[in-house]
Amino acid sequence: MTSLSENIDLLTPEFALAGLAFLVFAVDLFLPEGRKGMLAWLSMAGLIALIVLSIVMLWDEQESLYDGLLAVDDFALFFKVFFMGMGIFIILSSMDFVENKLKHQGEFYGLLLFSILGMNVMAQSRELLTAYIALELLSFSLYVLAAYAKDSAKSNESALKYIIVGAVSSGILLYGVSMVYSTLGVTKFEDIAAGLASASEVAPALWVGVGLILVGLMFKVSAVPFHMWAPDVYEGAPYPVTAYLAIGSKAAAFALILRLVSEGFVPAAERWEQWQLVFAVVAAVTMLVGNLVALAQKNLKRLMAYSSIGHAGFILAGITALSSDSHLASNGVMFYLVGYAITNLVVFAAIISFFNMTGKEMIADLGGLADQQPFLAACLGMGLFSLAGLPIFVGFTMKFYLFTAVATEGFLWLAALAVFASLISLYYYLQVLRQVYIEPAPPGEGGSAMADEHPALNRIPSLPLLTVLGTGAAAMIWLGVYPRPLIEVIEVASRALVT
Amino acid sequence: MNEFDDVALLLLIVVPLFGSLSMMLMPGGQSKESWYFAIFISALSLALALVVFADYDYDEGGFQYLTSYEWLPGPLDISLSLGIDGISAPMVLLNGIVLFGGVLVSQTVKHRTRDFFVLLFALSAGVYGVFVVRDLFFLFFFYELAVLPMYLLIGIWGSSTDFGTFLRTKEYGAMKLLIFLVAGSILVWIGILALYVEASDNGVATFSLQGLAQMAENGQFDNDFQTLVFPLFMVGFGVLAGLWPFHTWSPDGHVAAPTAVSMLHAGVLMKLGAYGIIRVGMFLLPEGADNWMPVLITLGTVNVVYGAVSAMSQNDLKYIIGYSSVSHMGYVLMGIATLDNIGVGGAVLQMFSHGIMTALMFLLVGAIYERTHTRDISVLNGLAKRMPKNSFFFAIAGLASLGLPGLSGFIAEFMVFTGAFRTYLPLAILAVIGAALTAIYILRLLARTFMGEPDERWNDLTDSSPVEMSVGAAFVAIILFVGIWPDPLLRVINVGVQSVPGV
Repeated sequence: MTSLSENIDLLTPEFALAGLAFLVFAVDLFLPEGRKGMLAWLSMAGLIALIVLSIVMLWDEQESLYDGLLAVDDFALFFKVFFMGMGIFIILSSMDFVENKLKHQGEFYGLLLFSILGMNVMAQSRELLTAYIALELLSFSLYVLAAYAKDSAKSNESALKYIIVGAVSSGILLYGVSMVYSTLGVTKFEDIAAGLASASEVAPALWVGVGLILVGLMFKVSAVPFHMWAPDVYEGAPYPVTAYLAIGSKAAAFALILRLVSEGFVPAAERWEQWQLVFAVVAAVTMLVGNLVALAQKNLKRLMAYSSIGHAGFILAGITALSSDSHLASNGVMFYLVGYAITNLVVFAAIISFFNMTGKEMIADLGGLADQQPFLAACLGMGLFSLAGLPIFVGFTMKFYLFTAVATEGFLWLAALAVFASLISLYYYLQVLRQVYIEPAPPGEGGSAMADEHPALNRIPSLPLLTVLGTGAAAMIWLGVYPRPLIEVIEVASRALVT
Repeated sequence: MNEFDDVALLLLIVVPLFGSLSMMLMPGGQSKESWYFAIFISALSLALALVVFADYDYDEGGFQYLTSYEWLPGPLDISLSLGIDGISAPMVLLNGIVLFGGVLVSQTVKHRTRDFFVLLFALSAGVYGVFVVRDLFFLFFFYELAVLPMYLLIGIWGSSTDFGTFLRTKEYGAMKLLIFLVAGSILVWIGILALYVEASDNGVATFSLQGLAQMAENGQFDNDFQTLVFPLFMVGFGVLAGLWPFHTWSPDGHVAAPTAVSMLHAGVLMKLGAYGIIRVGMFLLPEGADNWMPVLITLGTVNVVYGAVSAMSQNDLKYIIGYSSVSHMGYVLMGIATLDNIGVGGAVLQMFSHGIMTALMFLLVGAIYERTHTRDISVLNGLAKRMPKNSFFFAIAGLASLGLPGLSGFIAEFMVFTGAFRTYLPLAILAVIGAALTAIYILRLLARTFMGEPDERWNDLTDSSPVEMSVGAAFVAIILFVGIWPDPLLRVINVGVQSVPGV
């Protein structure tokens, strides 16, 4: 038995991140109104420092802390850097919105930092209850963030739905954990695998337990049929929070699922083959339903919600293909998560800018954008093309990689279905693009031209948003044309996961 | 010289791509400057294409200008391998010519000129890419790149057609085109995945066309697998080649597209489909090709006859040419399906010849539409008196289209028929009848539009501009040259065709 404090210094980045969040709360108390924008810069500076610290300190570290509750490995490091980097871009995209449309800026950034802490621990946890606690840290921060526009009825409705659904799914997850514990007596991922593999006959309670854990997690990634909450929550939440939900919380849940499946299920070879089918069916249904229902959407946020459900289906297909003898699928999932996050950041940054300028969020309102805001329109166009999976953007490369992985692991039919679902998605992305590039600007409410009613449309977007758009678009093209450096890093992370 | 050989093909892709990206950063709103820069880029790419074609050593044959850049090693094994053979060399040349011509006549694009060329160059980079890569991943990458800008090119700069009782909007044409083509590319994608899985089950996980062709030669893909997968490529690529009954996007799309886009699309892009069937289908799945060829030649014959019959009843100039493209692509598909060296050679020559011919026709129709704002042949008449040069070139293009000896279309169709007569006699006879139908609709078009007394409303009509006429004259010269002395092209094509397995 190792002592609890041994190697505890490896958790320095986590302690520092928690400290940073408290610092933001504290500084907020002393900043006069009007100077609160400082907090965003403080948070970003802290995140950059933490990224550097994590890389320098934890590179090539392979440790297990607290008797195997937490892993400090390259896989965790990869996701930590990913989450914190994404946090920086989310803050950049939120700054204008938070400053002009929300109150209590300090807490906004503080909560954001706490949720990133939750995500970081999720990527590290190797045990069900630790994972659960991390998940709750993330969720609680998100509940508050979703309700942040507290004068808006929609935001409150959204947060209420989110809390109720989140609580139910957490309950289901916990119940599953308790049933697994009652049958196997363990909660560590690797012990679950050993238990599943050695039992000649799996007790029904174990089946139910594992099933309930998966249901709980499927809620979090909004897989069909547990997706109903997503469109409503996305629509009501303040814009940057919607972006964060679509990108961050989804990626964190998948990081957890990746580790849970790779360490907890895949080693139990035959049992995993049975569960693979379950994953495959959920993936298939999710990608079809998400993309089909998206066809009927008129609101940009709802459209992005269904689109993100569809993408969750693709990623679940990648999870299905995880295997013990190849890294292809886990590489594919991680590549997809990164590519999807970057692309979605670009798309959301573009529609957040548009919302900041006009306060509108319907697809039809985007008409004529290409004439008024050519750069914004171009970034939005590239982002949508990338989401639809067209070259030269990362969307094409990541889909090709992931679907190839799925096909090689014996799920050619699932890969074929995913390719087909991509075609469906192209249609609704093109409908948005059509508004932006082909349709003329709609008249404003007052009847005069949109650009006259919203003079902000004639100004360039703010600098932070331009930064996100510019770097995001460049990264999209770069990863679409030459993803090799990223994939080599991912390969290292994968090796930590599957041994 | 050797150093140039190493990068020649890469430059073919990079030059238009650079043009596209650099124009993105240029200030918008200056249509003249954008046009000049676009001419410069396309001239550069034409020069490259000419050099590459002229330097192709047909005595030696096989793939030349070979280069390879490792892109993603490890489990996927993807590399950017480049090389052209006797089949792709003429296609590269064709793309260079049509792109240059298309850019020259795009002088008339005044609205968002810069964006137009950004997309046009992205598209042509994709086309070059498909013709020169030797890796399945990149082939598909560039194939998609060639297809995707189409939606915006048609949607923004296209034109709607009013049929009186209903309106065919450009958005409709653009969406229909894209949905069909992407649906086709989905089949291709699934086929590629199936090939990769089969190859990796046989021990060599690779996307390299060369490696896969080697496996096919060694008989590592069994007959059942080939028979199952070949139709994915046949139909998937076939959609882009206008294969009946998946051709319906083609007339609608071509009609809605602006002139330069119609030229490139009917002239070059449809050839990507036929090229894909040869390069992927026949090289990698020779037995599957053998099993499915009766189906393909039957569909090809339907293409020829159905396209011609449809063209006969159209009143819109562009629809006539659109359906004539469907009909002429039928010859290409038939030629491929003969699996006979003369037939396949004829198909490749027809790809080149039809590319030039149809680009010329769309150019001339564009010039007419620009001035009269109608394409209805029941309204247009006697244009020969008002636009004599335009009419003259149109007549030559039309005659080449109906296969008049001495023009390029004749040689190509003759070769296809020869191949077909050797292999599928009844279908060949049907196709010859189809060729006769071509004469009917072409002559009908020429008579209605150009002959007779001009209507009063055309009194002030000016002839095509010098730029349009120079491009037209150049295209006519190529049609004549190939028609009279096809040897420079044919000797290259023959070398390529001989390397196709099963021919």
